[in-house]
Amino acid sequence: MPALLSVQNMTHYFGGLRAVHNYNLNIEPHQITGLIGPNGAGKTTIFNLITGVYTPTEGSITLENENIKGLETNEIAAKGLGRTFQNLALWRHMNVLDHIRMAHYSQLTYGLLGSFFNSPACRRDEARIKENSYRLLELFDIKQHADQLVTNLPYGAQRRVEMARAMATNPKVLFLDEPTAGMTPDELEQMIQIIRQVHKDFKIAIFLIEHRMKFVMDLCQHIQTLVFGELIAEGQPEEIQNNPEVIEAYLGKEDMS
Amino acid sequence: MELARKFKIMFSTIPMLGWFLGTLVAVVIEYYWGYDYISYYLGLPKIPVLFGTLIMLKEPIMIPGAIGYDLIVYAIPILLVAKASAFLTNPLAAMLEKLPLWFSVLVHLVFFYAILHLWAGINDYRVLVVKLTLISIILTVSINVINGYQGEFSCSHPGFMALGAYTSSIITLIFFVNDKIFGAALLPPALGPWLFPFALLAGGFAASLGSLLVAIPSFRTRGDYLAIISLAFMFIIKSAIENLHFIGGARGMGGQPDYAPLPIIFIWTMLCLWIVHNFVTSILGKALNTVRDDEAASESMTIKTRKTKMSAFMFGAFWAGVAGGLFAHVITYINPGMFSINRLAEILAMVYFGGLNSIVGSIVGAVSINILGEALRPLELFKWIIIPLILIFVMIFRPYGLISFTEINAKSLLRARHKSDPDNRNQNSENQTNEGRTNEDQVNKELGV
Repeated sequence: MPALLSVQNMTHYFGGLRAVHNYNLNIEPHQITGLIGPNGAGKTTIFNLITGVYTPTEGSITLENENIKGLETNEIAAKGLGRTFQNLALWRHMNVLDHIRMAHYSQLTYGLLGSFFNSPACRRDEARIKENSYRLLELFDIKQHADQLVTNLPYGAQRRVEMARAMATNPKVLFLDEPTAGMTPDELEQMIQIIRQVHKDFKIAIFLIEHRMKFVMDLCQHIQTLVFGELIAEGQPEEIQNNPEVIEAYLGKEDMS
Repeated sequence: MELARKFKIMFSTIPMLGWFLGTLVAVVIEYYWGYDYISYYLGLPKIPVLFGTLIMLKEPIMIPGAIGYDLIVYAIPILLVAKASAFLTNPLAAMLEKLPLWFSVLVHLVFFYAILHLWAGINDYRVLVVKLTLISIILTVSINVINGYQGEFSCSHPGFMALGAYTSSIITLIFFVNDKIFGAALLPPALGPWLFPFALLAGGFAASLGSLLVAIPSFRTRGDYLAIISLAFMFIIKSAIENLHFIGGARGMGGQPDYAPLPIIFIWTMLCLWIVHNFVTSILGKALNTVRDDEAASESMTIKTRKTKMSAFMFGAFWAGVAGGLFAHVITYINPGMFSINRLAEILAMVYFGGLNSIVGSIVGAVSINILGEALRPLELFKWIIIPLILIFVMIFRPYGLISFTEINAKSLLRARHKSDPDNRNQNSENQTNEGRTNEDQVNKELGV
């Protein structure tokens, strides 16, 4: 079976700094892949490179055998890469329902004129999207907050809004950038449940960055370890857990003397 | 406070239709008896044009008379008729509620226009004030699309207005007027008023074409830099026109036919409000807000930010151009000096006073700054101290303007307000205050940060 998302030999320089070197990734449909690594290893940079925020200096990125390198971020997102952000990137003056509605942007069939004159096509689209948004709100258990501004929600709920928003773009691969950062153990447990449910209900592939080992080991079928922009290990959770290089990168080298 | 609360409860059962009816009665009273009886017996020289503010400031001895006039002509009839007719207007409003919303809105607008027409018909000064206020509403709403919804700080609105004013003036002068710059009229002048909308549209399109000059740099810059670029654009337009002698240069261009009577301007204003409202409540238009709040997130959520920014600028500029065209045909004379920094200050004052990201706010801002500007005219120099002071206080206590982040909800505005469902009503008003509170919380939070 061909990989859903495939990255080959991706290298990226910021000026003279080599941020990512020879990075390879294959994501199969319906697979959860984890990317771990110490702070500053370039994990978020890899997310940004694949989702088109930056264009990689070298290498190729294909989604369903179609090149997506060099496209605009919004085009890549519309092709099926949804994402969340490490430090929540919500729209602070908008309410929860609007967040979900806005993420349906690529599914609009009406144009500017349609929106100016509130054409039948526009009304039909808006009604359909609103319905779908409520469905997502319900699924992520934030329906009761629909009319509230996102900034007034508790942190965990904000995270869920972000997930729901990413799901509204109808992604084939969902990129989660530290989905549990700053969460309490309870919220963490909830988040694992939600990710499992999304994975099951939507039958999508998930690619996530995470620091908490428990979380990664629980969820992922395949794990990559990144250190200074280079992959040092890749494989099943158990393999990674016992890999001496990974342990070294995280805990430091054992002093033999 | 207690009294105010009682007062509020007493008049809370009156639907919009009732207030309109009351105002209509007041205006009719003024129309028939205002001059002959009421102002005569109160010792006023003529009907006070703007609720007596002008005469009060000019001759303080007239204050009791002017207040008496306001009470007799406006306050008492409006309150009495609105209250007394509630038994009639409530069922009517309930009946309209069952019909399609657009029909109900149309009925209210026609009613409102009738009132405005009668009120303004008393003298030419009022007509001019109302016309300029309506044009200001178009300007304010359109700059709100860029500065409020889209969150840029664009200073080029007078430039867009000038493009619209000059383009539409040139068209009407070439086609419908025998004048000394462009020669004889090419088409029979009788066609003029009918083809005038096309001239306005052309003005609008010219302005949106010009706005590309600001829109394209906006892909790369935001905030202060864009403000400087747009300010430069405004000055470029101004000095370009000053140096184009075939359209009059700095002396300006006059002789436009008076194609913009009150009803025409009213229709254009309402059209503008309707279209802008549709736009900013649709997903395509709400994309402006997402670009303002977090551009990177909008890109990742499939929103085409370039297209969004460009459409915001072109759309805002289009309406500024239309407003400019109307302005030129109201004043029937334009010169480049009219579209300079003074106009910019006025437009920015209206939009930031009224409230960002809100059409209601823009209307409030445009009306209050215009009326204040006229009402305080007798104070001459002090006017330019009082208005900025008010602005400063608004900015301190409500940083986003008087009414920000709220959209018109025509349905709840026009609904019947029966006494029989006080619970329902209270709930509604509570909801509204809650919304207000969330907004204020929001503002406080941001100030704290």
